[in-house]
Amino acid sequence: MSHLPLLSLITFLPLVGAVFILTIRGEPDVVARNARNVALLTSVTTFLLSLGVWFNFDTSTSAFQFQERAEWMPTFDIAYHLGVDGISMLFVLLSTLLTPICVLASWESITERVKEYMIAFLVMETMMVGMFCALDLVVFYIFFEGVLIPMFLIIGVWGGGRRVYSAFKFFLYTLAGSVLMLLAILTMYFTTGTTDIPALLNYDFPTGLQTWLWLAFLASFAVKVPMWPVHTWLPDAHVDAPTAGSVILAGVLLKFGGYGFLRFSLPMFPEASIEFTPLIYSLSIIAVIYTSLVALAQEDMKKLIAYSSVAHMGFVTVGTFTMTVQGIEGAIYQMLSHGVVSAALFLIVGVVYDRLHSREIATYGGLVHRMPAYSLAFMIFMLASVGLPGTSGFVGEFLVLVGAFQANTWVAALTATGVILGAVYMLYLYRRVIFGALTKDSLKRIRDLSPREIAVFAPLVVLVFWMGLYPAPFLEVMHVSVSNLLERVETARASMETAVVLGR
Amino acid sequence: MPLAEVPSFIPAMPEIFLALAAMGLLMVGVFQKDGDVAEVTRASRMVSRLGLVALVLTLLLVTTIAVRGPAQSFGGMFVLDDFAVFFKVLVLIASGLSIVIAQDYMESQQIARFEYSVLILLATVGMLMMISANDLIALYLGLEMQSLALYVVASFQRDDAHSAEAGLKYFVLGALASGMLLYGSSLVYGYSGTTSFEALATTFTQLHGEAPPVGLVVGIVFILAGLAFKVSAVPFHMWTPDVYEGAPTPVTAFFSVAPKLAAIALFIRVMVGPFGDLVAQWQQIVVFISIASMVLGAFAAIGQENIKRLMAYSSIGHVGYALIGLAVGNEAGVRGVLIYMTIYLFMNVGVFTCILCMRRREHMVVGISDLAGLSKSNPLMALALAIFMFSMSGIPPLAGFFGKLYIFLAAVESGLYGLAIIGLLASVVAAYYYLRIVKIMYFDEPVEPIDRAIGRDLRLVMLGTGVLVALFFLFPQPVLSSAASAAASLFGG
Repeated sequence: MSHLPLLSLITFLPLVGAVFILTIRGEPDVVARNARNVALLTSVTTFLLSLGVWFNFDTSTSAFQFQERAEWMPTFDIAYHLGVDGISMLFVLLSTLLTPICVLASWESITERVKEYMIAFLVMETMMVGMFCALDLVVFYIFFEGVLIPMFLIIGVWGGGRRVYSAFKFFLYTLAGSVLMLLAILTMYFTTGTTDIPALLNYDFPTGLQTWLWLAFLASFAVKVPMWPVHTWLPDAHVDAPTAGSVILAGVLLKFGGYGFLRFSLPMFPEASIEFTPLIYSLSIIAVIYTSLVALAQEDMKKLIAYSSVAHMGFVTVGTFTMTVQGIEGAIYQMLSHGVVSAALFLIVGVVYDRLHSREIATYGGLVHRMPAYSLAFMIFMLASVGLPGTSGFVGEFLVLVGAFQANTWVAALTATGVILGAVYMLYLYRRVIFGALTKDSLKRIRDLSPREIAVFAPLVVLVFWMGLYPAPFLEVMHVSVSNLLERVETARASMETAVVLGR
Repeated sequence: MPLAEVPSFIPAMPEIFLALAAMGLLMVGVFQKDGDVAEVTRASRMVSRLGLVALVLTLLLVTTIAVRGPAQSFGGMFVLDDFAVFFKVLVLIASGLSIVIAQDYMESQQIARFEYSVLILLATVGMLMMISANDLIALYLGLEMQSLALYVVASFQRDDAHSAEAGLKYFVLGALASGMLLYGSSLVYGYSGTTSFEALATTFTQLHGEAPPVGLVVGIVFILAGLAFKVSAVPFHMWTPDVYEGAPTPVTAFFSVAPKLAAIALFIRVMVGPFGDLVAQWQQIVVFISIASMVLGAFAAIGQENIKRLMAYSSIGHVGYALIGLAVGNEAGVRGVLIYMTIYLFMNVGVFTCILCMRRREHMVVGISDLAGLSKSNPLMALALAIFMFSMSGIPPLAGFFGKLYIFLAAVESGLYGLAIIGLLASVVAAYYYLRIVKIMYFDEPVEPIDRAIGRDLRLVMLGTGVLVALFFLFPQPVLSSAASAAASLFGG
């Protein structure tokens, strides 16, 4: 399949679908129906195409695969360059999987401006996939930032509550972080004369410069991950976004930061990364413990899950900076698992929100009596989020903790408290919403999952168990690339130690 | 025996042609039947069409003559190089678009008179001369020719007090700036004994890095002040919001692009050409002007309720970004400015076309809140305006991002990190007020919808500029390479 520009197809097919939807004219409900159908069709096709990448992926090499290169701005020697390796490939799949699910989940809940809504989601898919495939810094930055436009509109137009405030907060926080990264990108460009990522991966930046570049990238990634203390946009954005917006936000957008650390910070600035590891550990541990406690006190279901996301992403950053095979693979695995599980949890909240238009925990209680299927699905995802063995969450958290133990016992011990706290707030949430007597009048006629909703949850349930019981296919994909990444970090560490020994 | 050698007219053919065309059109207009409103409108429509034809022909002339390579004429006072051609093309496009989008407005306000197009053409002649000026006297001639025409169009809506005020304000402050420029030029002449840019450059090269006389530096500062006024950079920006608000909207659209392009071209040529060796003397001034413009443009626009005033502050901010490239003072910087101004031209014309479409029951409205719910009542216009706003705030993949990218690249390359960081942070602040417009269009409920009917010309320009701005990322290379060769020509290629 090497002659087919598969990655470009996956990246831009959604955009083609979006343009097509733009041209649909006619009666409002006909337009809405057609827009939904086109969006579903496009995103499912994209997903099937992306499976082609997985099936043809060579797990024995750490080199970039499915590479595509075309002249773009020869005056500046900036090229359109795409490709995936073991680190990015699974994220592409995650993005293409979640988009059709989002389209399906919004089938009935979005009734206003359906056309624009579907366009926004398809444009976003293009940006997300492009971001993970980009092998040129400028191309990367364009996709990285381009996501802001559709997401801003999705939160602002179709959101609820303080949607305007949240949309602005999301946009300006992220933009402020990324402009500093842009500055770093420009500095890298003029230092090395290229923006080609594979070339930059083999370039050794001077140590002093690395520190500044690393900090500039941190400014952007820390906001995206989000790390404490710049996480405050996340609860707002999640609460006010429509369900599908939260799904994409939690499922994919948060991964931009974690992916950025793995793609840029670690391999390009290894010395600075080693230098700043204590900082990342501290911020992550604060995130894990503090946001777990905050989650415990929430009255709003979405807000609770949003805070739990911050805590889970704390695991990711710890795992990434342990710089061990287990830690990094665990971090990637945790991101994938969190992408599926938190997306599913937001969908779970969306189900009852569609019925009662309330996200308050107090509105519910005793749902198990009327909604057994729903309760089952909720339980599976809740336990996966807690990290019960047999679910996807366990593998990620376990690997991260194993990696952390090798690096620093205290870090491992403190991070592990997150697992306990996670169980506390998730079980507490589950008890309040699902168990107890069904006393509230508004709940007495609530319907269980519809076939469409079951179709939304079924693939996610399968994935949760598959990733929990048989993680090998996923770990195999990333293994060689991660080892290669670690080799580079180790070389840097060795040269740093020699420098110390020599007293330089 | 001839008194002087007859100069070669060929490099100046576009200017000569356009001047003749403007005068010819004046005659055509004067000899039209001058009766009721319908006849006056008909005459204005015809002159406007002919004026557009004249601009297109001039554009063709410019590109044809450019093929012959760089040239000088009139004893070196007039120069034609890639740099001049680049800016002339931009200015001609800007003037052409301004004429196209004006007619509808003029007719609806019942001020459609043929003089508008003629004045625009005359101002354009002045701008072309400014761009090609290679001598302090030629510079002044071009500048004044442009300004005189602009003072008149600013107060074109004679019955409207705001418009008259705008014209008067522009005239008084503009005359002051011209005076400063002239005074600075005379000081420079006094200390160096020449007005020719090339001779000046040679004189300063011979200083071999020694500090020039203080009087000369004072002269340069005066010239800088005059030019800063023309590009409306802080602290000489005070006229901008008032003039932008008061002048008829198509005139504002014209003001925000064509004269600014010409003035930036002149700014670059004067600073890089004759005073190129004195970078150390003027760089800090330009850095200051640039930072002040970016910051003021970003913060002052936040509270604006009138979209024309908002655009005034926005344009101040954009000039600040363009001046970063000049502050860098090398080829990469100038290249960045050229790309930036090209993109700025299309974004700005697009925004003003949208403003011209803001009509409610046949009356123009200019409040930002009047855009409420536009995405429901007029989705296409809302989409276009949203594209322009995101582009202006520099969000990729829209064109505005690329403009900023190359400017900041140049700044980083020459180590002006402070300038780059302030510029980037100012762009985040500026993003807030651009987003506010998107918010009002998309998030707010409509109060009273804006008229859906949009003239054919306006729709075409809006779509054209919108598509250009949105899809610039597909084929950036033509603009990049011509900007690169234009910048190279300025630095002796």
